[in-house]
Amino acid sequence: MMLMSCKDVTRLVSQGQDRKLGFGETIALRLHLAICASCENVERQMAFLREAVRQLGAGQNGPGR
Amino acid sequence: MPPSNDFQAQIEGQRDYLLRFAALQLRDAHAAEDVVQETLLAALAGAASFAGRSNLRTWLTGILKHKIVDAIRRSSREPSRPDEELEGLSDFDALFDGRGHWRERPSPWESPEGALEQKEFFAVLEGCLEGLPAKTARAFMMREHLGLETQAICKELDITPTHCWVLLYRARMALRQCLAIRWFGERDPETR
Repeated sequence: MMLMSCKDVTRLVSQGQDRKLGFGETIALRLHLAICASCENVERQMAFLREAVRQLGAGQNGPGR
Repeated sequence: MPPSNDFQAQIEGQRDYLLRFAALQLRDAHAAEDVVQETLLAALAGAASFAGRSNLRTWLTGILKHKIVDAIRRSSREPSRPDEELEGLSDFDALFDGRGHWRERPSPWESPEGALEQKEFFAVLEGCLEGLPAKTARAFMMREHLGLETQAICKELDITPTHCWVLLYRARMALRQCLAIRWFGERDPETR
């Protein structure tokens, strides 16, 4: 569990948006993100995606407005 | 007390907003039209319960969310073909090598905040959403657009939490890749 692959990490980053991760998961995730710029980029991008969809739904920026 | 004409007009004034909201989730103009109609009728019938609330749009959106979930529930009860979207869960395996490392390392995006200022970006995002498979899109929008918890989504779509997380993961990975290529200028690995 301590040595997660990038593939596992992307899944956990996504699940972290949907459920509270366990203690071990959180530690393993943070350790990986601290040394892996690629996965850190993906984490930021998934957070950005959430915000973008929220704004799209709020209707201030949609093409129809 | 029957609702005043003024109240009726105010509610009508929110129709376009509500239609857009519903269409984002349902991806079907007729279905969106139906749930908005139901919402406006329910709002008129329940006008008294609005009294004292501050924001009409928020109140109407709350009613609309319930109507949308009802519509999703009705349609997921209809017999459907075997669920190929849940079969063969080889999620994005091609992006990684055998040891789970990135084949092509994701790079940072330039000025994502700036993108949120641009209408064109949201048009691209909508295009990317439309490209998702139906059930994947449905689960993702229930989560991010309607703001439902995973548990509620599993229940309405009649899938396990694990399947739900898989669908949400796929949606996010697909959208990330779509935005990277169509907006943030990453190379498309398929066209190399």
